[in-house]
Amino acid sequence: MISPLNRRQALALGTGAVLATTLSLRAAPALAAKNSTDEAIKAFTGGKEPVKGKVKLELPEIAENGNTVPMTVGVDAPMTKESFVEEVMIVADGNPNPGVIRFHFTPSSVPEANTRIRLAETQNVIAVARMNDGSVFSDVKQVKVTIGGCGG
Amino acid sequence: MPSVPYPLAFAAVAILALAVSPHAQDTSERPAWQEHGIKPQSPDSPFGEVVSGLYFRSKETQAMQADDFNNPGFLAVEQGEDLWSKVDGAAGKSCASCHNEAATAMKGVAAAYPKWNGKLGKPVNLEQRINICRSGALKAEPWAFGSPELTAMTTYIRNQSRGMPVAVKVDGPMTPWFDRGKALYYQRNGQLDLACASCHEKNHGKYLRADFLSQGQSNGFPVYRLRDQRLVPLHERMEGCMQDVRATPYKPLSDEFLALETYVAWRGLGLPVETPAVRN
Amino acid sequence: MADVKPRIKLDKKDVAQGGVIEVKTLVSHTMESGQRKDKDGKTIPRKILNTFICDLNGKTIFSADLESAVSANPYFQFKLKPEESGTLTFTWIDDDGSKIQATEQIKVS
Repeated sequence: MISPLNRRQALALGTGAVLATTLSLRAAPALAAKNSTDEAIKAFTGGKEPVKGKVKLELPEIAENGNTVPMTVGVDAPMTKESFVEEVMIVADGNPNPGVIRFHFTPSSVPEANTRIRLAETQNVIAVARMNDGSVFSDVKQVKVTIGGCGG
Repeated sequence: MPSVPYPLAFAAVAILALAVSPHAQDTSERPAWQEHGIKPQSPDSPFGEVVSGLYFRSKETQAMQADDFNNPGFLAVEQGEDLWSKVDGAAGKSCASCHNEAATAMKGVAAAYPKWNGKLGKPVNLEQRINICRSGALKAEPWAFGSPELTAMTTYIRNQSRGMPVAVKVDGPMTPWFDRGKALYYQRNGQLDLACASCHEKNHGKYLRADFLSQGQSNGFPVYRLRDQRLVPLHERMEGCMQDVRATPYKPLSDEFLALETYVAWRGLGLPVETPAVRN
Repeated sequence: MADVKPRIKLDKKDVAQGGVIEVKTLVSHTMESGQRKDKDGKTIPRKILNTFICDLNGKTIFSADLESAVSANPYFQFKLKPEESGTLTFTWIDDDGSKIQATEQIKVS
């Protein structure tokens, strides 16, 4: 016999639905890019699929203002003449253009850099690192960007 | 069907609320501004605790201000320092010709502005004081409000008072200006029908959509705004607030804003000058 | 770009071989994105610093390609592991071809 859902059961169903939405939001890469981010990454990696890890992107979860968002990227890799991080590309999939910045490292630098970036709306920021042997690694962070109280 | 325990149903409501408005409801991300302030210095203060806008900002923004090299407002401090000793005007003088070292001559000066000017029979703020010097002693053109030069010089001079308490005087001839400023502070404006007090007195420490409202203190101005990516002087910020409530703003350096600046400085009496502060 | 004087700070200028120097740089620039419109609705052309280079004795050891999504007044914090003493040259290149440049001396012992 099927009984109509009581209030508690209805709420519980709601929980599932909302949780699913929340989780898919957190699984940031699942959101479709609004610009040519995917193409930019492919061009950078030479078509290789980057491996998640080694690169660490630090960004606030919620930007105080999208026009100046502090960002740090670091790669966990030894920097020797034989093996080093060559380049790190930062792309943002909800900006008018995907490109944000590219850092070029050498064995005479540490693969870590901090700058401030512009994010037009809530979106994913993706870091892709390419080693001198061509291997590629990535990290992604979603940053929530909202407009101010009165729209100002 | 298994019955659903209460806590789960409760969680559903909480998550729903979160999903609708992640900012307004997420208390974990809310800056802890309480107990970062000072005791009000006047028994008439509307605040239980007087708190700088710094503590209403995110940890990232606070970190940007905490390190003088990280703080982009110092670009203006350096520009102001260059201008201080740059000869300008028909008199062939610079600020330094009369005042020598800003670090000693200007220490604490800006913390007491706006200040009564006997000659003019009205108070002047720091921008106006700088321009009085320019058109008087320097015989130079006054700088326009909002020009990089005037904002840089204002920032540089206020930076010489950094860490010193805001010490504006509101008695004597300043009384009518204080009263006028107070009246303006509580006057509702614009299509949104909001007064300064509606946000900054009654609702600081709460979200207005994504904005975490501060007490609207002026101790950090001119501030480097993340939004504008440059130094913003106080009257421009006030203009912005008025535009936001869909009102016709008063003009920068108008008597209205001067009265308001005087009154707002009094609301933050004793707060350390932070110029150049970093704000959202 | 009158009187652009970059701010540069090294946490130390004298390191042992293999030691790390942390560099912070800040330079005044509006980084006009090319996405904004003026009062008449006309697009304001892009004008940004598009390149940053850090050389040691003429050899690039760290650099960056900037897009218009870098905030105004670009700030960089990075770390160097210099192999020799000499001159660090910091160069920012504008879309209009002009350059902002500054130098610092370091010692590696």
